[in-house]
Amino acid sequence: MPTTEPHEAQVRIARRWNSPAWIGPGSWALYALGLSPGIWTFYLGLNDQLGADPLKVLERTLGLWALRFLVIGLAVTPLRKLGGPNLIRYRRTFGLLAFFYALFHVIVYVVLDQGLDVGAIVADIVKRPYITIGMVAFLTLVPLAVTSNATMIRRLGGKAWQRLHRWVYLAAAAGALHFIMLLKTVTFEAAFYAGMVAALLAFRLWDRSHKKR
Amino acid sequence: MTGGIAAAALAMLPADSGWAAALEARKSPFSTDEQQTRRADALSYNNFYEFGSGKDDPAANAGSLTTAPWSVEVGGLVAKPTTYALEDILKFVTLEERIYRLRCVEGWSMVIPWIGFPLADLISRVEPLGSAKYITFETLVRPDEMPGQRGLFQPLDWPYREGLRLDEAKHPLTILAVGMYGETLPNQNGAPLRLVVPWKYGFKSIKSIIRIAFVEEQPPTTWQEMASHEYGFYSNVNPEVDHPRWSQATERRIGEGSGLLAKRRPTLMFNGYGDEVASLYAGLDLRAHY
Repeated sequence: MPTTEPHEAQVRIARRWNSPAWIGPGSWALYALGLSPGIWTFYLGLNDQLGADPLKVLERTLGLWALRFLVIGLAVTPLRKLGGPNLIRYRRTFGLLAFFYALFHVIVYVVLDQGLDVGAIVADIVKRPYITIGMVAFLTLVPLAVTSNATMIRRLGGKAWQRLHRWVYLAAAAGALHFIMLLKTVTFEAAFYAGMVAALLAFRLWDRSHKKR
Repeated sequence: MTGGIAAAALAMLPADSGWAAALEARKSPFSTDEQQTRRADALSYNNFYEFGSGKDDPAANAGSLTTAPWSVEVGGLVAKPTTYALEDILKFVTLEERIYRLRCVEGWSMVIPWIGFPLADLISRVEPLGSAKYITFETLVRPDEMPGQRGLFQPLDWPYREGLRLDEAKHPLTILAVGMYGETLPNQNGAPLRLVVPWKYGFKSIKSIIRIAFVEEQPPTTWQEMASHEYGFYSNVNPEVDHPRWSQATERRIGEGSGLLAKRRPTLMFNGYGDEVASLYAGLDLRAHY
């Protein structure tokens, strides 16, 4: 919902940058780059290069990258509104990268960590708030990932699609909380991501109240 | 005597040295014959928050810790309060190898060949008074050499403190360790002197001890002070009492299987030392006294 008419030149530039010819290769490069830390970590794990507790390192790395891409995706709009570059054409890629990392994170937890022990997994989800919250974050991302394509946007209509995708705020907040809660003490790293998510969500509240006036 | 050799070995170390010296120790019937954790894993995967809260922080940061000279103040409710130089302690004890299971409260475990001596041997030297019911331990505070004790993000209140009931402390399984894997303790593992209580979660086995005191009341301990609903004074390994945030029913044995495919194994009551220690807790509600 733009409040002011964009300048003609801006529209031209935006069109050019958002043309399929640009999005295509740019996005694929971003997927490749974005997935590489996860693939690299998995490769190291297979070759016994992840230290004493490789499973935990893999699990944490995947979860952390999910959170990172959520933060990056949430930063796109504030960055543009505060006069930074407009990365909107990559936002879908950031969001899907976050989802893929969350998915791999959950798969590693279910298959490698818990060894498909359904009883233990259900007990974890029901009894452990940090796992409940992590699961909420993941399940919230599923419908968003499924609707992250042009067909679904058309089918849902812009307004409904946008409303649906605001659930990403919940996913990010839950993800950051999940990270803080699983640690024995609050670390700088966990506090950093929680702070980032809080700031990016606060920006939206501020932006909204700003507009109303 | 082995103690004399050990003392000589420790004394030969130059101050500030991070080098390990070989230690001789006799075998012990308390040792397990389970597969030992790889030395490299035991030396690189540590919780020692004085050097940072990441698992690899202690190995990266503990090298600069000065462990010689080292002395331990033993006092409180005792007839003979004494400050011992570490090498003097080693003159009157006999070192033994104790291959123990180690179960971390976080849900992983190792099997470590410690070298040490029964804490009881030190306790009897200082002659506790009848009023002494508990024993407390304190880790070194030296921000210059312990980066976890500097800066904004300090995870815990220093000094790190731990405690045991006197009968737990005098139990033959409870040792003070000065070595592992046939050598003096690496700094990241609690050099030069640490506690090892194999039937309790690892955080009870306090590292780099500089003070021991005998007291009448149950003393405050670091993790209990930090989050008393999660970490109790006893902290006996117990698969039936979960940590509020995760299950304690199973554990991952570090190095077991092939890395990513390691299967969890069931956690044993008192970490498998029930035959030896269960009688200490007869009549105690282990759910209330976790």
